[in-house]
Amino acid sequence: MDEKLRRSMLFLPGNNPVMLQNGGVFGADSVILDLEDAVAPTEKDAARFLIAHALRFVDYGDSETVIRINPLDTFASEDIKAIVPCRPNAILVPKVEGASDIQTVVQMIRAAEQPNQIPVKIIALLETPRGIIEAYQIAKADPRVVALAFGGEDYTAGLGAIRTKEGKEIFTARTVVVNAAAAADVQSIDTPYTDANDEDGLLADTLLANQLGFKGKMSINPRQIEVIHGVFNPSRHEIYWAQQVIFAIHKAQGEGSGVTSLNGKMIDLPIVNRAERILRLAQLLGLLEGAES
Amino acid sequence: MKNALGREIPEKIQGIAGVQVFAGAFATPPSMNRQAPKVKSVRPGESKMVASLAEVFAQIPVTDGMTLSFHHHFRNGDGVVNMVLATAAQLGLKNLKVALSSVFPVHAPLIKHAENGVVTALDTNYMSGPVALAVSQGLFETPVLMRTHGGRSRAIECGQLKIDVAFIAAPAADEYGNSNGVQGPAACGSLGYAFPDAQYANHVVVVTDYIVEYPLSPISIPQTKVDYVVKVACVGDPKGIASGTTLITKEPVGLKIAENAAKVIQAAGLIKNGFSFQTGAGGASLATAAFVRKMMEKNNITGSFALGGITGYMVDMLEKGLFKKLLDVQGFDLEAMQSMATNPNHLEIGADFYASPFNAGCAVNKLDAVILGATEMDIDFNVNVVTGSDGVIMGGSGGHADAAAGAKVTIIVANLLRGRLPIIVDKVLTITTPGETIDVLVTERGIAVNPRRMDLKAKLVAAGLPVKEIGELKELAERIAGIPKQIKMGKKIVAVVEYRDGTIIDVVRQVEGLSSCEA
Repeated sequence: MDEKLRRSMLFLPGNNPVMLQNGGVFGADSVILDLEDAVAPTEKDAARFLIAHALRFVDYGDSETVIRINPLDTFASEDIKAIVPCRPNAILVPKVEGASDIQTVVQMIRAAEQPNQIPVKIIALLETPRGIIEAYQIAKADPRVVALAFGGEDYTAGLGAIRTKEGKEIFTARTVVVNAAAAADVQSIDTPYTDANDEDGLLADTLLANQLGFKGKMSINPRQIEVIHGVFNPSRHEIYWAQQVIFAIHKAQGEGSGVTSLNGKMIDLPIVNRAERILRLAQLLGLLEGAES
Repeated sequence: MKNALGREIPEKIQGIAGVQVFAGAFATPPSMNRQAPKVKSVRPGESKMVASLAEVFAQIPVTDGMTLSFHHHFRNGDGVVNMVLATAAQLGLKNLKVALSSVFPVHAPLIKHAENGVVTALDTNYMSGPVALAVSQGLFETPVLMRTHGGRSRAIECGQLKIDVAFIAAPAADEYGNSNGVQGPAACGSLGYAFPDAQYANHVVVVTDYIVEYPLSPISIPQTKVDYVVKVACVGDPKGIASGTTLITKEPVGLKIAENAAKVIQAAGLIKNGFSFQTGAGGASLATAAFVRKMMEKNNITGSFALGGITGYMVDMLEKGLFKKLLDVQGFDLEAMQSMATNPNHLEIGADFYASPFNAGCAVNKLDAVILGATEMDIDFNVNVVTGSDGVIMGGSGGHADAAAGAKVTIIVANLLRGRLPIIVDKVLTITTPGETIDVLVTERGIAVNPRRMDLKAKLVAAGLPVKEIGELKELAERIAGIPKQIKMGKKIVAVVEYRDGTIIDVVRQVEGLSSCEA
């Protein structure tokens, strides 16, 4: 699986120069410079120009640069032609409904990439009932696909269901996306929480996403990032547990055994994998020092 | 001669007796006695009520060359300064000095009075709007003396700013001169900036549009200081006095800065019971208060006091038990006014109590943390809040240098890029607040700690805050915005910036080459 942290992916409107310039200061793991919903059809060309410049001249620090292009049946081709040569880290493709969509995008990207360019990754945004059904095929369509992202607003509209803060209407789709991503060994990113003023609601929704197995959450406002990171960061308790697991398994291996137990519970490979993932994350985030010991 | 910050200060400056240059924030201790106020008497049965301002001018009498003082509690809604100066002009007075604690756009008629020779000197702590622009263009022959709020109080108490007549605009008064700021149509809250004037002026005139039955209560300025009471039709426009509920910014970069500023306070170990705090009324400063509040609530902290200009937000924190007291030298909104009138834990304090460096201890000395702004800062952490990027005066210290000197941790919050310009420069155009009193700069792209505070730097680094060298931040800004060309100023000194201890920290020179559209 792609090891890049994507706890938070922050949308920045592609037609707002101030936000594009400051997008790197909020500490999001990824910034999504948006050519799609945030930009009116008459302003697509201006936004493409702005984003191309931003990619070349703005320092986004540690944030991954992701461009949300327009859907394949509208301006995707022009977007890719203009943006890919400016070396974004990844393209977020909206309304993906099948493996062939990904293959089309891969061809367009290949045609636009410059010699010696680091291959542009793909994150597939699943936001239609059809896209959800095809989730696994989409995730497996090309090695460039590093994550499946779920868009709850359009999806609910597609279902003809009513979107609520509680989110029962998107529960199935969420679990399908998480499962398909895990099966294909790519990351899964949850739908944004759209009420920027409701911090408690954001916390509850992010806790649920984390519980379901999402690796991160898209965000529509910089104010949401701290809460999101707070949920996806491993807790001190989890880090302590992971350290104990690794200690126990090393000890067992030293004694010639591949299996051992911790507090009466057997430690097998999945447990070790989970512990290793937590420790890698903790290491990346500089959380190891402060953990309980 | 050069002062301790390397600024060239002329040995003689018109209007200042015995120029002393800045030597360090606490390097010039006083050795003098306080000014003794004039001894007064009023006999039983004498009335203090006077029919008009012209009548007061005649009774005092106000003569050419006198110093008339005013407070700025009515901010941009003030009607009294213009009324008094119009009277002076009608009576043909000349060469008056105006000691007005802050000058706002509403005071534009002052320009005409200066051009006509009615007013020839200005002493203030802050100015913005047409008067500030005209001063920058050379309105006065004598440089304007720009002080701090604490410094103005000090100057009055030490006899360096001698006030002949204090005209105190009072939202409510009785016929014997007791006054307050919490009643009447022009209620403004605290009258703290007028306290030293009332105490030391030779003549004290209360100007009000709201007379209540004797004795008024509560009393902010007592009858024992007041010689005359004049009732006028209207002292001020409430719309310009109170800003209404002050809102916390939603602008993401401002919020990011505010959040980091709050984290600095927390990392410094100050969020604990007894915490004391000052912040401005601007959106980002207020947002810092909101983040600090969250930390206090989360950790069940009861603070000691909040100080300075008080807003409804601080009132709410008092009422929710997050602070035990508010020390209020100036109220910014209706909530602050109402609270001061009704809540015994909301205390009105004078400018001297707030910030004067030369008394036996002012309130800023008891501050744990203060959040302040800056228009420019240099790599030595010196701050400019007087002149803008075009060299024109657009502010002043107010309490900036006072609170910076007093607080345990002084934090400047500023966007690294202000419009198209980097906030950090090699040398600020005008020094208002010396770098030795500034501890931390918080921007959206990193936090810089004054090298004098290695202890604090270690704490911020340990807390995982994005600490950078100030030079690094400067380069970062310049990579985005380039290095601005230094602006060229004229020769004439239009204002003198006095540090709170009375020494001269910098001078402001005339602006050159302003096109008419900029003017």
